[in-house]
Amino acid sequence: MTASGSQTETPGARLERARAVLDRVTDPELPFLTIRDMGILRGVTLDGDTLEVVITPTYSGCPAMDVIASDVETALVKAGFTDIRVSRVLSPAWTTDWLSADAREKLRANGIAPPEKASGKRALFSQVETHCPKCGSADTERVSEFGSTACKAHYRCLSCHEPFEYFKCI
Amino acid sequence: MQPNERPAIESTTDHFQYVLALADDALVLGHRLSEWSSRAPTLEEDIALSNIGLDLVGQARSLYAYAGHIEGIGRDEDALAFGRDAHQYLNMQLVERLNGDFAATMARQLFYATFAELFWTAMKRSKDVELSGIAAKAEKECAYHVRHSAEWVIRLGDGTDESHARMQREIDEAWMFTGELFAMDQVDRAMCNVGIGVDRSALKSDWDKAIDAVLTEATLVRPRDGWMISGGRRGTHTEHLGPMLAVMQSLPRTYPGAKW
Repeated sequence: MTASGSQTETPGARLERARAVLDRVTDPELPFLTIRDMGILRGVTLDGDTLEVVITPTYSGCPAMDVIASDVETALVKAGFTDIRVSRVLSPAWTTDWLSADAREKLRANGIAPPEKASGKRALFSQVETHCPKCGSADTERVSEFGSTACKAHYRCLSCHEPFEYFKCI
Repeated sequence: MQPNERPAIESTTDHFQYVLALADDALVLGHRLSEWSSRAPTLEEDIALSNIGLDLVGQARSLYAYAGHIEGIGRDEDALAFGRDAHQYLNMQLVERLNGDFAATMARQLFYATFAELFWTAMKRSKDVELSGIAAKAEKECAYHVRHSAEWVIRLGDGTDESHARMQREIDEAWMFTGELFAMDQVDRAMCNVGIGVDRSALKSDWDKAIDAVLTEATLVRPRDGWMISGGRRGTHTEHLGPMLAVMQSLPRTYPGAKW
């Protein structure tokens, strides 16, 4: 089954078009980032006539996963795709290392301090400096390890006094 | 989730029971933590406990889905979570203990999270690719849970006379429930023998070290190892699990298949 009005579309072209559609699907909690920026989108392939989209959760209990899966499906259906399968994988485990440089900049621009690069226990627990996304000061303090979503912690800047969120390193 | 390969093992029943018990541990503790939502001492703590509960419920979902797949008779994660009674739950009794005061919740949390981080770290080497995948995510989440509970136990233990006394009391109260963390039953041994399961008894010395470090900093006294509770893995529970499940399961049992 091919998209309406494009019966001559080759598998390669169909895949290209699907990827372009998926590049516009955003994270429901961080709408300025696409699921590709986030590293949630793990693969787009063709299995016979079925378009398979593979996604991975950031945290095991991330409630946005169901919304993301349905957003992916809706975007593809709107673009004329009919035979779609959205599957989830847990492995390899998602890491903040997959956030692109561009994504880190977008986070900062939207008032969220990006994670310090290189995850792992050392980065997780050594007291790396977290810079205020508003004024850039390193004079900040952690209010709580847990913020508005599973992937963020709550901080406060001691220079400009703004509260802000830090995208946790994981 | 559709695992591509499964290790060859003799008993599907053991494999199913093993994964199911791990799912029950995560769900029961996750649900207990959710009971703090809107009731925690501060807004930050309310959010923290809800987030930790959410991590655990997420781990439980992955484990239940996999258990259902192993069982192979069509029970999905909801059927396993909402369709079984207390005597069919296989969780350790530690995780079903009442929230009590904040000290009781933090004692339970420190004991479980410290164990869980060690357990999932070891599980990453499992021959079962599905379990090792779940473990790799859970390990990272549990590292945060350990730090959160350790900070609170230290703050309360090394705090006022009142907070110190209450923290010590809850450490003492929960202690007899920690034996189950390291107990190996026949299912554990069977899964360990085929390279799927973790040798829980081997985690005890690292757990002891980590707990001792926190208790010392908190100026608390480590209770003496005495008689330990057991039986959760056989479906024996305290009187507190039934009422919790009744609340958790009431909606899907009253309206089977309800969607909203």
